[in-house]
Parts: sequence; structure tokens; C-alpha cells
Amino acid sequence: MLTAPLSFWGGVDVDTGNVIDRSHPDRGKNVTARILVMPGGRGSSSASAVLAETIRRGTGPSAIVLSVPDPILTVGALVAQSLYGLRCPIVVCAIDGIATGDRLRVQALDHVASVVHIG
Amino acid sequence: MHDSSVDLAPTDAAMLRGDEGAAAAFAMEILVAFADALGAPSLLDITRAHIDGCLYHGQASLDFVERLVSTGGRVRVPTSLNVGAVDLIHPELVRLSPREKNPAVRLMKAHEELGCRPSFTCAPYQTEFRPVFGEQIAWGESNAIVFANSVIGARTNRYGDFIDLCCAITGRAPAWGLHLDENRAGQILFRLTGFPATQLATDGLYVAIGLLIGAKSADRIPVIENLPAPVSEDQLKALGAAAASSGSVGMFQAVGITPEAPTLEDAFRGSHPQEIVEISPGDVRHTLRHLSTVADGTPITAVCLGTPHFSRVEWLRLLALLRDIAPARGIPIYVNTGRATLNQLEGAGLAGELPAFSVIPVVDTCTYLTPILRSLDGVVMTNSGKWAHYAPGNIGVEVAFGEMDDCIRSAAAGRVVRESI
Repeated sequence: MLTAPLSFWGGVDVDTGNVIDRSHPDRGKNVTARILVMPGGRGSSSASAVLAETIRRGTGPSAIVLSVPDPILTVGALVAQSLYGLRCPIVVCAIDGIATGDRLRVQALDHVASVVHIG
Repeated sequence: MHDSSVDLAPTDAAMLRGDEGAAAAFAMEILVAFADALGAPSLLDITRAHIDGCLYHGQASLDFVERLVSTGGRVRVPTSLNVGAVDLIHPELVRLSPREKNPAVRLMKAHEELGCRPSFTCAPYQTEFRPVFGEQIAWGESNAIVFANSVIGARTNRYGDFIDLCCAITGRAPAWGLHLDENRAGQILFRLTGFPATQLATDGLYVAIGLLIGAKSADRIPVIENLPAPVSEDQLKALGAAAASSGSVGMFQAVGITPEAPTLEDAFRGSHPQEIVEISPGDVRHTLRHLSTVADGTPITAVCLGTPHFSRVEWLRLLALLRDIAPARGIPIYVNTGRATLNQLEGAGLAGELPAFSVIPVVDTCTYLTPILRSLDGVVMTNSGKWAHYAPGNIGVEVAFGEMDDCIRSAAAGRVVRESI
């Protein structure tokens, strides 16, 4: 659970999946194979390519849950899916009450998704 | 895709079905998903594109373009290319290993195979690819987006990797955001207050104002009141580039200067500012002081100019300074510029003077993106707010910021000299 939006470009290390943005409050955390929950996306449009690259390498999140849509992250995930068949669903819903370490079940098929907060 | 809420024209649907080939269908599929995520109701035609995607961010960057190349993709509109990671004309300048260099070079060349023109500049508005007022375009590269919208009055959103190429291949873009009149109204007003009537149009003033409005605007459209008239559009270029790097500005208006803002009322298109911020001379001084990480008198190791790319006018300004100040210590002065601009300079017989002053033109890329500087230990001086903002994080140097003439004086002295501000 990231408290502030994260820019994938300059903010995430593609080799490790670590948050490297020096000014980000969650710097040092790792996104690999985790469901990334944040208020929204941020920053450079190059974030699409960086997200796609982390998905390709297997260092990316397994899903991203946002409170507002982010077209840049959406494009990155869609390109990775089209090129490699690797899915990183991006879901928009209310994120109040979700904390790091909580378990979520994200199911997504076409445009219908559900996010269940297991606790 | 089938459930997208975007209302597709018959030609869009046909392209999505594959009537125009597999590459166009792939590009349209991604564009429609993007437009859907934005909440755009439909698509519109564009007549020009600028691709930011030829900067290599990893294998995915290349796989995407190779997929389009292998399925016969071609751009449908005149399309220029942004900087890459390599200076293709002076390849010996960029210190990347072959393992790093080869995919980066391939990425730039693959875009050419799609019909993109090898402009390799972050300032396409300074070339034959310059749009006109009101033209609907799909541009990547944050400084170019701001310039096109603000200084020219063309219309683009902040497009970027993957999606800029999808727009170029389909000839379409989401009918959303800055393409539409109602979204181009100013929202936050910055009023310059307390400046003398004879305030000089220095480079630093425009950089500082750009950084200030970028930091405070978030995603609101800034309008600047009482901005002194710039000596050339290069100063507005610097303002926009600084605003785009310190914030997510896609367009600014300067009353009495930019074409959509002859008056304050025009800039706000009938609405009122959500917020009014005053900018004082003290704010400008404070901002400029904080751009440098070192004090006056500190030895410098290099000068970097041309972020964004130097225009022809800036080259002429630099040549006059070089002849006047005649730096002779051998401190390299790197100048990033577009290859078309350098060709013009060479054609006019002016490039021959440069080596004597240790001026090293760099084309197709930029010194803050890629390892070109011979020595990364020490202080680099620049007149670019964008360079000062990014270089320490990207290439690990200390920076001094100053006017162009102070940068040349400092190269001559071997240390940071500031007489102008």
C-alpha cells in the first residue's frame, strides 16, 4: 500500500522491483509479485515502458489497484499483455482501509473486476 | 475491447477489425483502451505526431516497435522522433558498452522503418515539423508538448511511450483533454508583483518562473500575468521546459504573449482563477540560488547547454559570446542540438570556429540522459533549468546555474563566475 502516487519512471528499479524514488515515503519497499495499491499514478509518460519492462522481467506487481484511473499505467500493462501474454490487471476502486500486508483477491476479466479485501 | 465506452467511427472500427492490417489493428486496440481509461467519448483526427519512444527503457521498448515493424506498420501522419540514447552522427561520444548501445541504436532505426523521420530532437517545433495554431497533433516529450500548446497554440495532450506511436499509426487521438476548447481555460493565476518596469528578460527569470509555476500548478493550467516580453521564443521554451520538469504542466498562458491569451479574460475563457499566486523578485532569486548545488568560485569541469535543444538563434548568440570572451582553458562546452540545426550551422560555415573554444556539439540525444561527459567528478555549469533539475539524479554531477554569458565566462575562468545575476 503506497501512501503517495509513484512514478514508475525513475521511481522503480526494473532489475529488482524496488521503489527507488528518493522523495517517495515508501522508498525501499519492493513491488514484485505484490498487489500495488495507491491513490493514482504520477509523472512521466515513460512509466508505461518501465511498467511493461518490469512485467516482462517478472519484477513487476501482480496487479495495481488505484482510486482514479491512470491511462499511462493502463497502456504499459496492456502492451505487456499483448506482447508477452503476461497479465497485470489494473483496477479502479475505493482503497480506504487497505494497509500494507493485507490480503486482497483481485479478479479481472475484460472490463469487469472485483477486489475483495480479505484482511 | 468489445465493451469499451469509446464511440468508434466506422473507420476506427474497420481498423480495429484488421481492415488496414495487423499493425494498425494492434495500435488501434491500445489507443481505444487508453481512450477508455481516460473516459474519452470518441477519437479525433491528428495531422502530426512526435514520438518520445525511441529512448531505450528496456527490452519491452524494442519488442513493441519490432512487433509493429514485423507486421508492416507505417505511420499515417508526418511523424518526427525525439532524442534517443545515442548520438548517431558522433557515436564515439556516447560511452555505452556495445551491449547497451546496440538495442538503443536499433530502437531509433526501427522507428525509421515505420516511416518516422529521423529528426532526433526534443525541439521539433524548431524544425520543418513545427505545427500551426489550432492544429490537432499527438506529441510526446514534455517540453515539446508545453511549447506546442502554449507558444504555438497547437493542441496535444501529454502523450508518451507506446501511445504516441499508436496515434501516429492510426492517425487518431482521444477527443479529450487539451484537444478541446473547454479544457484549455486557465485555472491558476500567477501574477508577477514588485518587479521593476525595466525588468530585463534574462534566461534565469524565465527558468525560475517555469520552475515556480510547475511546482505550484499540479495539473491545473497556469496563466502568468505581467511576464516581461521575452527576447526570443527560446526563453518561453526554457520556461515551459522548466515547468514541465518541476510539475506536470502541459500548457501555460502568458497574458499578452501567448496566442490564446491576448487578454487575461481570454486566458481564462470566461471562468475565474481557482487560485491567485504572487511571484516576487525574491521568489525568483531564491529559486535560482537553489538550482545550484555549489557556490561561486568553485572550479568547474564542463559546461552543458541546449536542454532543450539549441535553436539557430541560440547558436548565433553563443558564437557572439565565444568570440567576445574566447575561453581557452580547454573546459569542454557541450551543446545539445538537433541535427538539422547543426547542418544549417555547418552549411553557413560557422561550425569551424567551435573546436578552438572546446565547444562539442551533441546531436540526437542529450548530455543529461546518457553518459557523454568525460568527467563526472566535479561541477557542471548550465543555463538550463531542466538540465540542472535532472542531471544530478541521472548522471550524478553537481551543478551551477547561470546565464549563458556567465557559463562562457566560467569556462574561460575555470570556475563559477556570475556577473549577470
